[in-house]
Amino acid sequence: MSSLINRAFSNAKNENRPALLTYTVAGDNTKKKSLEILKSISNYVDICELGFPHNTPIADGGQIQTSAYRAIKNGIKINDVFSIAKNFKKIKKNKPIILMGYYNMIYQYNENKFLEKCKKSKVDGLIVVDLPYPENKNFASKCKKKGINFIQLVSPTTSQIRLKKIIKDSHDMIYYISMLSTTGGKLKVSPKKILEKYNKIKKQNKSKNVVIGFGITEKTIKSLKKADGLVVGSAICKEISKSIEKRQNAVTNVTNIVKRLKNKIL
Amino acid sequence: MKLRKKIPLIDQHDHNGFWGGKFGGSFIPETLKKPVEDLTREFSKLRNNKKFLKKRDYYFKNYIGSPTSLVKLENLSNHLGGAQIWAKVVSEANGGAHKIYNATVHALICKAMGKKYIVGDTGAGYAGKMLSMAAKKFGLKCKIFMGAKDIKRQKPNCDAMRKNGAEIVPVYSGSQTLVDAVSECMRYWVSNCDTTHMCVGSTVGPNIFVKICGWSTAQISRELKIQITQEFKKIPKKIKLINCVGGGSSAYGFWSEFIDFKKSRIELIGVEAGGPKNSKLHAAPLSRNAKIGILHGAASYVCQNNEGQINDTESISAGLDYPGVSPIHCFLKDTKRARYTYATDEEALKAHVMVTKFEKLNPSLEPSHAFAEAIKIAPKLSKDTIIIVNSCGDAKKDRDILKERLGKN
Repeated sequence: MSSLINRAFSNAKNENRPALLTYTVAGDNTKKKSLEILKSISNYVDICELGFPHNTPIADGGQIQTSAYRAIKNGIKINDVFSIAKNFKKIKKNKPIILMGYYNMIYQYNENKFLEKCKKSKVDGLIVVDLPYPENKNFASKCKKKGINFIQLVSPTTSQIRLKKIIKDSHDMIYYISMLSTTGGKLKVSPKKILEKYNKIKKQNKSKNVVIGFGITEKTIKSLKKADGLVVGSAICKEISKSIEKRQNAVTNVTNIVKRLKNKIL
Repeated sequence: MKLRKKIPLIDQHDHNGFWGGKFGGSFIPETLKKPVEDLTREFSKLRNNKKFLKKRDYYFKNYIGSPTSLVKLENLSNHLGGAQIWAKVVSEANGGAHKIYNATVHALICKAMGKKYIVGDTGAGYAGKMLSMAAKKFGLKCKIFMGAKDIKRQKPNCDAMRKNGAEIVPVYSGSQTLVDAVSECMRYWVSNCDTTHMCVGSTVGPNIFVKICGWSTAQISRELKIQITQEFKKIPKKIKLINCVGGGSSAYGFWSEFIDFKKSRIELIGVEAGGPKNSKLHAAPLSRNAKIGILHGAASYVCQNNEGQINDTESISAGLDYPGVSPIHCFLKDTKRARYTYATDEEALKAHVMVTKFEKLNPSLEPSHAFAEAIKIAPKLSKDTIIIVNSCGDAKKDRDILKERLGKN
């Protein structure tokens, strides 16, 4: 049977649009709130990425750092992340959810225990920012055995030889980092250039779903709609920060921005 | 887990970059894979290139001022009784600390790779000051990332950096100290790795940075070996080499030539920052038995909680105020070749006072941690035991802290 992640991509393809992926931080700004946000936006989103926050995030820009620090400050623990995922899946059983974070958290939890827990919480995939190929080979194959997608990242600096190997070792989805940047940077490369590189990745193996992330906002999303999927993270985290600051309802505000994002790629 | 002989410790890692099978590695975002691989290739070429080595030796001698002297601390030894205490006065190096070795080598590598921009992190401000000096010397544009808290407490070094034309980027995230500066510097490199070279300020970070830094500071022990042989005719039977350990760059540099000796002949003692006497916080992952974790691209003993969140650290010494430590020191700990202990803020201050009272030496708060251990053990040791402390930094930068804590100028 095809994975939920694969199915989400084919659904979007059938509607002739890219899949919309969002990234929010578990526990931002509380456990309850982040679950509410997740539930609400998932009506418009094809795949939900849920970050497990780390306090030394070496690849994240200011917006996601702020969300992560806020969640940690409010006491989020790894087991809470799993329970958020589990509760989400109880009511949205066909919506794929991907956990994303840094390797030390998995290492401290214990790889096997972590994957066992993912399985129990019905997590569909994992992105580990600081566990690149080939160091991730062992862990990626453990994921596969458990039926969890390990999502490889590819960047503009990835060489052709490396690209081939990474794609060969990948599961259903590949994440292309649009530019040399941390998350939430301003898109400093033209969409045309990004799509050129994207096509090169696609050419290697058409059956893999390739999403583009980093620097995607309401302004830029439309220009990249040819991709299989697009990830928006920092723009959403920023909206949460803004809502908290203005004492507005984060669930409503974030849902609205996600609706607008979706409308741009229909 | 075993140490091998006749191979520099920096090269005793496996093909994945791990020392002892579990320390080090390169846990980096995909974007940094290529620049790290490029740097690895370039460094392995350069370190075997005679012209490059000649250039390095030229600048070590004429720019840094090698060799730094080895002096006997006669008054301190007499006062304490017991072992003879010596100091390798590495703070004589241009700029006032050992950080100049790593900075100079990184600037030379940056030039060799045709990059015009160099960035680095700093805690005490020495790594930043030295990088700004080297950048100026070799015509590179330089940015230094520094925690906002450290900028306040190490003003003299900040002034020096600015004078050298470097831009200091204050880091306000997290605890606003070295750990956050390193994170921010890495983030900057992720975004600018096509034009910019990154210098990691100690023997920490992804494998290649541990190697480059260790290769650079190893100059200290090459000099020391010659000096000991000249001073004592041959290498004495009982030596103790005491060094402070934050990231561990000066300690590795001080010890590298002596690792092959038996522990009973040359004991290696690393002194970490124990923090304030009654505080739970410290920066001593080795001596206070932290668990292995991944921080800034490498696996090492890391001060962290059960979840893997990195702990806040606390130390009077900004240069030692780091929750992780070099993977090569983890390796030396687990193979039991080196012994690690800690000194509290108060002990380090007391040691600073005692050393400056008896000797014409002004060790910064970092090596004062090492002196604290020397002062503690010397009276219990025999007269033919030679203790050598690496006095790796000068206390000029600590002016404000010393004034506040001791009321002196």
